[in-house]
Amino acid sequence: MQYRWSFVMMVLGTLVITAGELLGIWVLFARFGSLKGWTLPQVAFFYGGVNMAIAFGELLFRGFDQFSTMVRQGDFDRVLLRPRSTVLQIAGQELSLQHIGRFALGLAALLWAATRLGIVWTPAKAVLTMGGIAGGVCVFAGLFVLQATICFWTVESLELMNILTYGGAEAAQYPLSIYRPWLQRLFVWIVPLACISYLPSAAILARPGESAPLLSWVSPLAGVVFLAVCLRVWKLGVRRYCSTGS
Amino acid sequence: MNAYYSVMAARFRALLQYRAAAAAGFATQLFWGAMKVMVFQAFYRSSTAHQPMSLAQSITYIWLGQAMLAMLPWNVDREIAVMIRTGNVVYELLRPRDLYAIWFSRILAFRTAPTLLRAAPMFVVAMLLLGMQAPASVGSGFAYAASMLAAILLSAAITALISISLLWTISGDGISRIVPGLVTIFSGMIVPLPLFPAWAQTALNWSPFRGIADIPYRLYMGHIPPDQLPYMLAHQLGWTVALVLLGRWMLARGTRRLVVQGG
Repeated sequence: MQYRWSFVMMVLGTLVITAGELLGIWVLFARFGSLKGWTLPQVAFFYGGVNMAIAFGELLFRGFDQFSTMVRQGDFDRVLLRPRSTVLQIAGQELSLQHIGRFALGLAALLWAATRLGIVWTPAKAVLTMGGIAGGVCVFAGLFVLQATICFWTVESLELMNILTYGGAEAAQYPLSIYRPWLQRLFVWIVPLACISYLPSAAILARPGESAPLLSWVSPLAGVVFLAVCLRVWKLGVRRYCSTGS
Repeated sequence: MNAYYSVMAARFRALLQYRAAAAAGFATQLFWGAMKVMVFQAFYRSSTAHQPMSLAQSITYIWLGQAMLAMLPWNVDREIAVMIRTGNVVYELLRPRDLYAIWFSRILAFRTAPTLLRAAPMFVVAMLLLGMQAPASVGSGFAYAASMLAAILLSAAITALISISLLWTISGDGISRIVPGLVTIFSGMIVPLPLFPAWAQTALNWSPFRGIADIPYRLYMGHIPPDQLPYMLAHQLGWTVALVLLGRWMLARGTRRLVVQGG
């Protein structure tokens, strides 16, 4: 009984924080009217997509959060002994359901935005949206794996990685065009969050001249590529861990 | 009194040792602040209407928030939480001391030490490189310092309340997760309070959370003139006293409940 309440409280806590962010965006739009030409429903669309992506990523891959403790306590050896993928084992340790709150709020924001914008949901647009979110899940999953991989080299998982994960989520909830070029470049080429939220969404929201339509369709694949790269680095880390014979 | 002072001093010394974590956190905060500033810049440039706060003031507000981040009542002193969770708190009750005062002293150090560590370098970097302004005047600077002291007391009182609420396992869990979110909104840490809609200002001005960030920051910028300091301090300290009294009452009830249940 207590566990259930604790879970409800966790969800509530996440909801309050996420709702607070949404409130902030609403307040700023109420105050300033527009964000460099973007309207509140448009930004809510970005916001919804990104939050759904990171919430789902956290839900699946939060097991990696515990990884630094695992390595320190030597429990990783047990994982290596089992004839299954290390990634699946660690991810499977924890199905972090508390992030459902954030996911639900993201979905609500997305649907609200879609209604306000009068988006007609063709199968094409639905696929593009879901592809964008799925790509986002891949990017965040890759980042969580990367964050844990650092543990193979240093004992502590670097807090700096949070800049890319949660900082990235914060950044991508606004259209990337409002940021300085260096930040835009970071989130297109290095951590392809732009390809996940901004480029597909921009195509759906149909702003002429913002992005080439074909690029919008292909860009969620950048997320998959990113995840593949991160998994490769993980495997390198595992190999190194084995060879040093901890 | 000496006992409480030495409890505070010992905790203070222990907390000052967490320097490596501070460095990483510092870099993270720089990024966060820079991003917020970019968002605000984009918003300000989207409207030509007159705003209650200028862009420069908003930027200063944001960096002050980052500098003072550690003093926000976001989290609980871990040892107190463990003490409650394991039930060891009953041993504290056997001692002939004022438990609330001991906890308050601990929490005061818990809120102050990390703040000092984080604030000094943040001030330097933000003022030199990132567009944060100096205090509007010498008077404003002093008003800010005085108000900041009151803010830390207020934050300690709120943190104490959250800690004490842990004595009720279920509701305590909820309160400790929900209050930080509320604090963030109503202290001005998400959006500076003056930028909220005009119809919300009266309600916002009465809330206790305003005394944590909004009041000292606006004194700093001269947005609230320094001669308003007595009223501002009254606001902050009034709420502090109220929350301290509430905390003491809750602690008495909570510990009595524990004893009755057979610890």
